[in-house]
Amino acid sequence: MELPASIPTEVARADSQHGNSAHSGSKGGTVDIEIASKVFHTAFQPLPVLRDVSLTIHPGEFVCIVGGSGCGKTTLLRIVAGLETDFEGTVSLDGRRITGPSLDRGVVFQEHRLLPWLTVRDNVAFGKTGKNKRGKQESDRRSPASPEVSHYLALVGLSEFADAYPHQLSGGMSQRVAIARALAGRPEVLLLDEPFAALDALTRTRMQEELLHIWQAERTTVLLVTHDIEEAVFLADRIILMSSQPGTVRRIVNVGLARPRDRTNYDFAQVRKGVLEEFFTPPTPLTTAQGRSE
Amino acid sequence: MSTAGQNRPVAWSTGDGIDGSSSKPRVVSFHFSDHVMGWAIPASLVLVWEILARAGDLPANWLPAPTVVVRTIYELGIAGDLWRHLGITVSRVAAGFVLGAGLGTFLGGLTGYIPAARKLLDPTLQSLRSVPSIAWVPLFLLWLGIQETSKVALIAVGAFFPVYLNLSVAMRHVDTKLLEIGRLYRLNNVEMVRLILLPAVLPEYIVGLRGGLGLAWMFVVAAELLGASNGLGYLMIDGEMTGRAAIIIASVFLFAICGKLSDWLMSVLGAKLLGHRAR
Repeated sequence: MELPASIPTEVARADSQHGNSAHSGSKGGTVDIEIASKVFHTAFQPLPVLRDVSLTIHPGEFVCIVGGSGCGKTTLLRIVAGLETDFEGTVSLDGRRITGPSLDRGVVFQEHRLLPWLTVRDNVAFGKTGKNKRGKQESDRRSPASPEVSHYLALVGLSEFADAYPHQLSGGMSQRVAIARALAGRPEVLLLDEPFAALDALTRTRMQEELLHIWQAERTTVLLVTHDIEEAVFLADRIILMSSQPGTVRRIVNVGLARPRDRTNYDFAQVRKGVLEEFFTPPTPLTTAQGRSE
Repeated sequence: MSTAGQNRPVAWSTGDGIDGSSSKPRVVSFHFSDHVMGWAIPASLVLVWEILARAGDLPANWLPAPTVVVRTIYELGIAGDLWRHLGITVSRVAAGFVLGAGLGTFLGGLTGYIPAARKLLDPTLQSLRSVPSIAWVPLFLLWLGIQETSKVALIAVGAFFPVYLNLSVAMRHVDTKLLEIGRLYRLNNVEMVRLILLPAVLPEYIVGLRGGLGLAWMFVVAAELLGASNGLGYLMIDGEMTGRAAIIIASVFLFAICGKLSDWLMSVLGAKLLGHRAR
């Protein structure tokens, strides 16, 4: 059941290629997820990880996927990234079926995964070395002096560290470089897999604010996986709550809080409480149905 | 930091502090006296040796005085023999090393990158490794003759294994999380090797090259002792035949200098290639 390629998307893409910077005006970035099932084949028995996950993420939307460990949220993100292709169902971006990784989806992992032998600038430039969705090599590969690389380094506040090596950076700085690398391919969707989980609490809070700033500046669609409910309430337009074994969408919460959000605010606390309670009540058919209807 | 295999065991290490990694000076001012301490014993031994030799307590045909050895080297240099022998030995080492390290690089890379190749080739290569080096000599002489080919082949065998082992193991242990970055950016096989695998294994590879070079110098001695008409090893045999210990000692000394010098060059080259990265 492949979705037909939508014509407006092609127009939008053509626009973004004309302009020097992609971060202007409307872009694509609609992610349609229809996963019937995803099973890991272990040595002993098949392990179902995802079942009946059906979601649409809209252009420019910030969506957080929240769930306990083993609920398949990372697998879901890896499917959207194109790193997992063995599943039943279809996942598409702007109507084009996702069959593998591409520059139109930038990925940030929990670990920064920077190449230790490259400088910060070269690591960011590496983010442009990939192939775009038409399978073509980006023409301007490996040109560290390019203005885009400088742009993204400035965006994450690391212009002064362009010539540093990853081992010279703190955890938060490394993760910012990883974000800049993911953005350097000018993705329509930014995928983040627990990007701040390994950082200390203070750094994490600052990074969340910076991520919002980046999202507002770049207007990309963002899909972020986390197990931190407060993080999700602070960041997301919508929160996808997942339940485990096999992972499925339990409920979708529209956060609906104005930005900038205040973690100490009463409404903030209410939303967080609501999400938390949802986690500790057994799922009923009703909430599951709500989650599916989207 | 998840650098590829930082604490990985390496099969060969010539780590004698030349790269400055084995021991850190505590205080800079102690550094100089550390060096002096290191020279104290060899210097006194040479001095005692010189005195005893001059006093006639050491028979000159057994152990000539250090000054005699130095003069011998000088005389060989003047006559031009030294450069001829040194040149031929260096060229043998160079040829054997290039051949052995090249083959080690190719097979190490192949077995490290393709699991099927490792399963196919590694057991055979590992068992060949346990053959003592000198055991190859008669076979190589039989197959390749007494000329240069058999010597170069023997040296190549020596240089091959450290390079092969280090590269193969390092390739296998490259951080899969970094390889996934390569997948994410859809690098083809050549790009994957060039942009991720090679830089990731470079430190271990350089250790392998240094080990290979060390063994190449060991094997050139064996090759030249067992049948050569020139080279430093031949010079040693010549010294033995004509009863001139000074020539033997001079050759030993020259081998040591050459080995040390080439290892130093290789480590400088390695440091250049590794640049400023953390290691």
